[in-house]
Amino acid sequence: MIHWNSFSDFLAMGGYGLYVWGSFGVTVLIMVVEPIMVARNRKATITRLQRQMRAETRAENRNTAE
Amino acid sequence: MKDRFNLYRFASPATFYPLAGAMIPYFAAVSVVFGLAGLWLGMLVAPTDFQQGEGYRIIFIHVPASWMSMFIYLVMAFWAAIGLAFNTRLSGMMAQALAPTGALMAFLSLWTGALWGKPMWGAWWVWDARLTSELILLFLYIGYMALTAAIDDPKRADKAGGLLLLVGVVNIPIIYFSVKWWNTLHQGSSVNLTKSSMAETMLWGMLLMAMCFWMYSIAVAFMRVRTIMLERERHTDWVKAELANIGAGGEK
Repeated sequence: MIHWNSFSDFLAMGGYGLYVWGSFGVTVLIMVVEPIMVARNRKATITRLQRQMRAETRAENRNTAE
Repeated sequence: MKDRFNLYRFASPATFYPLAGAMIPYFAAVSVVFGLAGLWLGMLVAPTDFQQGEGYRIIFIHVPASWMSMFIYLVMAFWAAIGLAFNTRLSGMMAQALAPTGALMAFLSLWTGALWGKPMWGAWWVWDARLTSELILLFLYIGYMALTAAIDDPKRADKAGGLLLLVGVVNIPIIYFSVKWWNTLHQGSSVNLTKSSMAETMLWGMLLMAMCFWMYSIAVAFMRVRTIMLERERHTDWVKAELANIGAGGEK
């Protein structure tokens, strides 16, 4: 069922190893890094918006107190 | 009457936000399953290509990435058209959420294409119709992102970006049919609806990888659109409630 005779065969990719693994490596890298970046951006945005919201509520409270 | 299922309800950010959030883990999980199955078939089971040896295995990411780069653009253009025609809030957010993923897919298409071209044609790059039009697609994505980022008012950014998307959509059929219309170095399509020139395991490996890329794109775009929604709708009550809820540990 499995096409390869050995693991080193698999890595060599019939002499095309550099090209095949260069393609798959960059793809995996992008598909791992992109979601991480999106998640980090989400966290940063939420923190910023929460800070803005608190500041706005404080300002409103001050206005009503005066 | 009021209980009737209404699809337009999901056009409201307040309804779509939790729905997208609930669906992200499923799309991510399905993407991983398709990806593992596709890699298994493509990298371990599929036979050697009689012309290109093992080098052809780049196809298992090259074709899915290229398909997604074109498909994501079409979806963005669709949202742009809806946004320009009906002035819906969600459409611009959807287009913006998809753009970076589309650009990455176009980049991957070119990157894997270069790594495939070098051993097969002897060149990383040629100014061939297929390659050039795909490069233009990457520039369209980058142009869209730069344009919308440069305009402060989101409504105007959506309008300008939407126009760019609709004008640029002419490039998609050019990419797709370029191998038919011109004599290109790029090989013709290996798959069409009626017949396929590939071995069965190769074909299935490629289709599974395409599904993996598709589900991945939806998951990432949903993650991104949720952040855009919070940002743009920050003065609405539902976002204020949501932000208070996240602070209280209601959501990770």
